[in-house]
Amino acid sequence: MGKTLFEKVWNAHVVTQIPGGPDVLYIDKHLIHEVTSPQAFTGLEKRGLGLFRTQNTVATADHNVPTKNQHLPIAEPLSKYQVDRLTENCNKFGVTLYGLNHPFQGVVHVIGPELGITLPGMTMVCGDSHTSTHGAFGSIAFGIGTSEVEQVFATQCLMQSKPKTMKIEVNGKLAKGVLSKDIILYIISKISAAGGTGYFVEYCGSAITSLSMEARMTICNMSIEMGARGGIIAPDQTTFDYIKGREFAPKGKQFDEAVEYWNDLYSDHDAKFDAVLSYDAADIEPMITYGTNPGMGIKISGHVPVEADIKEESNKVSFKKSLEYMGLQQGQSLLDKPVNYVFIGSCTNSRIEDLRLVASFVKGKQKAANIHALIVPGSKQVQAQAKREGLDTILADAGFELREPGCSACLGMNEDKVPKGEYCVSTSNRNFEGRQGPGARTFLVSPLTAAAVAISGKVSDVRAMM
Amino acid sequence: MEKFISIQSTIVPLSIEDIDTDQIIPARFLKATSREGFGDNLFRDWRYDENNQAKKDFILNNADFQGKILVAGKNFGCGSSREHAAWAIHDYGFKVVVSSFFADIFKNNALNNGLLPVQVSQSFLNKIFEMVAANKNIELSVSLVDQSITIAGTTFSENFDINDYKKTCLINGYDDIDYLLSLKDKIEQYEKGSKYLSLVK
Ligand code: SF4
Repeated sequence: MGKTLFEKVWNAHVVTQIPGGPDVLYIDKHLIHEVTSPQAFTGLEKRGLGLFRTQNTVATADHNVPTKNQHLPIAEPLSKYQVDRLTENCNKFGVTLYGLNHPFQGVVHVIGPELGITLPGMTMVCGDSHTSTHGAFGSIAFGIGTSEVEQVFATQCLMQSKPKTMKIEVNGKLAKGVLSKDIILYIISKISAAGGTGYFVEYCGSAITSLSMEARMTICNMSIEMGARGGIIAPDQTTFDYIKGREFAPKGKQFDEAVEYWNDLYSDHDAKFDAVLSYDAADIEPMITYGTNPGMGIKISGHVPVEADIKEESNKVSFKKSLEYMGLQQGQSLLDKPVNYVFIGSCTNSRIEDLRLVASFVKGKQKAANIHALIVPGSKQVQAQAKREGLDTILADAGFELREPGCSACLGMNEDKVPKGEYCVSTSNRNFEGRQGPGARTFLVSPLTAAAVAISGKVSDVRAMM
Repeated sequence: MEKFISIQSTIVPLSIEDIDTDQIIPARFLKATSREGFGDNLFRDWRYDENNQAKKDFILNNADFQGKILVAGKNFGCGSSREHAAWAIHDYGFKVVVSSFFADIFKNNALNNGLLPVQVSQSFLNKIFEMVAANKNIELSVSLVDQSITIAGTTFSENFDINDYKKTCLINGYDDIDYLLSLKDKIEQYEKGSKYLSLVK
């Protein structure tokens, strides 16, 4: 019987199998950042160990950094301490660091792909759940905890039970104004925030293969929001073209050899998945979430569900609790709801294509007076590219400020936060209670929808504004 | 790692589903660079208001409910990979979390810290919530050796899954690194034959 893409990559990385236990999986690339690594370095030191394969690890500072005046010392003492610890640890253990002000710095899941570090067929981990992003290249990439970060430091391996496999197929053509972000919000709204738990998901179908690499990354990024361990997309010509010429990608003859290998990375036609779902792209509209987990999403033209729509009795409590937190009514439409904050950024939607889309939409328009907008590029390279293309000027003319790279208001950890009770339309990936700051209320959307809201000052259907 | 063999304790029931790690420990408390002390901020925004006053209606602030076992609704620990969530729960004093469903990363993180995630059926979970509503002093008895969980003094009991390797680790207090370090030769041998590594060398 044939094998799935996931199984092919997984099997190629099993060092050994433990009877009745997990597999010992070799990890090709390990990305680290300031928040989930310090305790792992301390643990390593306590054991008197160094990194087993230093060259397989790359570090950056992203979660806990300001997005303004990055050339100045970080003002907040705890944040400064944490970022300084990363620098110290990287120096001490010899790890390559793209720290603040380095031209390669940025959100960890943005810099991996753009630097050609992320490659098809590899295994990759990071102490961050959105590591699933890198699966867009046909790699097995997933988030881990700090004890596991320490394991990879010490041995370049992890003990992992093999997840089940799920195939999600989306066929057809996306309508105007509908982006890959809408595809993934749509899927999660169908299967719920726990629907993928225990699975590794392969996305396929014509609506997926016709996407750019950056749009594919947005899809894989949010795999974790349905509980899946990760997402994966078979590499193809689009993938190879994206990788070619990037900083750390194989070059010349080595690249050609790599492509030859990568061409074998696909699920065999007779491969068996543990679950298969399929959707029609024509049914997908711009999406928006109304609740406090990413599974609570609706079409922009739709309505918040009513209690009777919630199938499981036990879900009703959570449903009512989330509407109360969000200040919304059962059955209401979200269109025209006034919003004061717009966040365009995060590892889901802060790449150059996202900024281009936003800039092209707001060009010649003005942001609404009530809107506080944050546009945060995913990396220094994205920021530089945006400047080269004059996107910063277009955005500035429309009343937006392009910040410096970081996780920013995605997680309410650094200084960029949404105030209590305020609504924020956000291109990030989580709408949990307090995610963007204590009491903040998040609507997850695509970058185009976010741009439309920034201009109109209220929840809007971007299709009516194009 | 601390050993875990069995426990009997009163419980803290938290009948909410999809509790994500941002609720367990909000990101703004992740600036610490050591593993200790996260228990103070466990469920911070549910536990305290913006003036740091305890919210009376939250279960952790209710002296009637105490114990070493946290019982929570379905899909516990979804969201971020932050191990700080497991540290916070353990640091607060819990040794076991019971739910009808756990997010994958949380489960691994808990097991790596001597915190036992016990997955029960939805009906068993409902039974616990029902019984504790009637009598706050009920106790749960959890045996890792037998892989069983029982509502003490009743016949309500279930078995739970855990893989043999993790079970041995918990019972003996071993962690994965010790084991992996013993495989060094195998790992080096693997590297020599790795297709991927040969492509990028
Ligand atoms: S942008 Fe948000 S989701 Fe992405 S790595 Fe940073 S905090 Fe995590």
